[in-house]
Amino acid sequence: MAEGICFHIRNLNRMKNDIQTNVISLKEKMLHLHSQHLTGLNEAPFMKKIRENALESFQKNGFPHNKMEDWRSTNLSKTLAMDFKQHFEPGSEPVNIDSIFSCDVHHLDTYLITLLNGWYSNAEKPLNILPDGTIIGSFAKASVVYPEIFEKYYAKTAEDPKNGMNALNTAFAQDGVFIYVPDNVKVDKTIQIVSIINLDENILIQPRNLVVVGKNAQLQLVHCDHSVQHRASFINSVTEIFIEENAEVEYYKLQNKDNETTLITTTYFEQAAHSRLTSNVITLNGGLIRNNMRVSLNGAGADAKLLGLYLMDREQHVDNNLFIDHRSADCTSTQLYKGILDDQAEGVFNGHILVRPDAQRTQAYQNSKNILLTDKANIHTQPQLEIYADDVKCSHGATVGQLDPEAMFYMRSRGIREDTARMLMMYAFAAEVINQVKILPLRHQIDEMIYKRLKGELSTCDQCILDCNAKRDIHFEIDLKKI
Amino acid sequence: MLSIKNLHVSIHNKEILRGLNLEVKAGEVHAIMGPNGTGKSTLASVIAGRDIFEVTAGEILYKGKDLMDLSPDERACEGIFLGFQYPVEIPGVSMTNFMRTAVNEQRKYKGLDPLSGTAFLARMEEKKQLVELTSKLTNRSVNEGFSGGEKKRNEIFQMAMLEPSLAILDETDSGLDIDALRVVANGVNKLRTADNAFVVITHYQRLLDHIIPDFVHVLFEGRIVKSGDKSLAYELEEKGYEWLKESAFTSGI
Repeated sequence: MAEGICFHIRNLNRMKNDIQTNVISLKEKMLHLHSQHLTGLNEAPFMKKIRENALESFQKNGFPHNKMEDWRSTNLSKTLAMDFKQHFEPGSEPVNIDSIFSCDVHHLDTYLITLLNGWYSNAEKPLNILPDGTIIGSFAKASVVYPEIFEKYYAKTAEDPKNGMNALNTAFAQDGVFIYVPDNVKVDKTIQIVSIINLDENILIQPRNLVVVGKNAQLQLVHCDHSVQHRASFINSVTEIFIEENAEVEYYKLQNKDNETTLITTTYFEQAAHSRLTSNVITLNGGLIRNNMRVSLNGAGADAKLLGLYLMDREQHVDNNLFIDHRSADCTSTQLYKGILDDQAEGVFNGHILVRPDAQRTQAYQNSKNILLTDKANIHTQPQLEIYADDVKCSHGATVGQLDPEAMFYMRSRGIREDTARMLMMYAFAAEVINQVKILPLRHQIDEMIYKRLKGELSTCDQCILDCNAKRDIHFEIDLKKI
Repeated sequence: MLSIKNLHVSIHNKEILRGLNLEVKAGEVHAIMGPNGTGKSTLASVIAGRDIFEVTAGEILYKGKDLMDLSPDERACEGIFLGFQYPVEIPGVSMTNFMRTAVNEQRKYKGLDPLSGTAFLARMEEKKQLVELTSKLTNRSVNEGFSGGEKKRNEIFQMAMLEPSLAILDETDSGLDIDALRVVANGVNKLRTADNAFVVITHYQRLLDHIIPDFVHVLFEGRIVKSGDKSLAYELEEKGYEWLKESAFTSGI
């Protein structure tokens, strides 16, 4: 069952002048689709209530637009003007995931979960319970089987009035990934979520993921996005991750999408006392990417490290929007985001640190470093510190520059050719982030991908049958002279 | 090996070198001395190919080739090495990776196969001992967190790895204590052969107690105003540079 959201721009000039009008129209189409497909869903009353509230919020706030402070530098109007399809049921044909996807990270032994077009792909076994009690499975199925967990955690972080995309996701949420790690369990292998889009049509998907990591538990989670068909897609995904007392989470997000994709991800981390989070967002390609990271440090002594690396070229756009909410005393947060932008690529970094009155002895650090390889590439970087406690240590820094000419000359004076020297420098710049990837096979793979990316080769995995075999113009080269 | 004739060099339209002449033959060690700001480091940078300087007149021939036709990396591959006065820190690039890239790019230029990992590491070990460089340092990023003395020893180490024909050492002695100076000088002396040449730029005569030069030149206001053997260095040490200013003045500079 598929339904088109058709929206045609008859007057492009009008669109430029009046984005609002169009957005409202698409909004109405979404509301219409919702009433057709989702209001009558047979689901638990509390789930229904959450959906209704979200719909109301979306109705009130609509899509984000450039007049909103938080969206000033990222323009969705082009995407919102396109024609996407949405599916309200999973595909009926059985799909052999192995035939369309094989992960190429060597020696990376994981519990692999695949989402196909936004739906949990293993219909025969929607929930997998490991011997240690860890539950890995379909969001849709879990919401029925574990209502008590959902009632406690699901959409508890969604009170984010500025984020219309989040409300939209919650209003439309049907499936995605559910992970539950019981107290005191260290999951023995990395869990890897791969979201695949394989449809020969323009599609809008809104996966919803819920992850709960119990007290003293440990989880490594890798979240990858892949496209098989090169059609335009619009992904609006929301992931909520609850990290209970003294638990530890490493979260890796790998984004290597084609230029037709608009990817909006929102990840909420709710951290209890003494919990530890390391998140690492690596963006190698993509049309328009917006990553919202929302970290709430709710208990004393919680620690969050947020790292990011983006390598963009041509007209790609990446926007990393972070909000760190220090709600409790003695918490620490560190942000380090680095980017290399080539051609006309555009980067946005917004890091907002809020230190509430009770959050004494907070330590919050933020650093955004960028290299622009051309005059036309640009970066908007904006720190925002909002501090209501008096005993805090906060700092922020932003650098935008070219490659250090002194270092270039030093290397060349040793016989290293200019392009090799540039490669080494850019690679070194990226290494500060890559070296913090603690899963070694993954680090090596990312290393390899970045090396290829910087050399201008496709950085998707070598042997996998995804992008590499696609017969299309590959215009990924970076001019080596500019690297 | 190196023949510099009537070299004029400017930066931001300010002339630094004004008609410099220098001849260096294989097997020779030349010392260039002179007060601050007379163009010693400029000379070193121009030979290595730093593009912020403009050569407005004259020529530099190296093994018969016009250096102006070669990029800095090509000059290095042809056998020119510059020991920096202020070695640059390159965070994130490991010493090992840096040297391996340099050695192999130079080999590629010469049409040789790259050194295998084991051969390369063996060579590193051997050369490290020459300047008493610890493994701790070679595992770090290039020059990052190195002390002043370690940076200078690292320059000599790189020189030993790359085996240049012509090495220009720009104030390699500055900031070194006497022990480090001895290590650096020993390194240079062990690398001296009949086929290579050194141009040692220094402010003080004390380095020349350890590296015995064949020739000493005094650079003043962009020209070599006096040349002699090693006794000139002692004369300078004794008299300072003031008397040269007078002689330069009388010779019409």
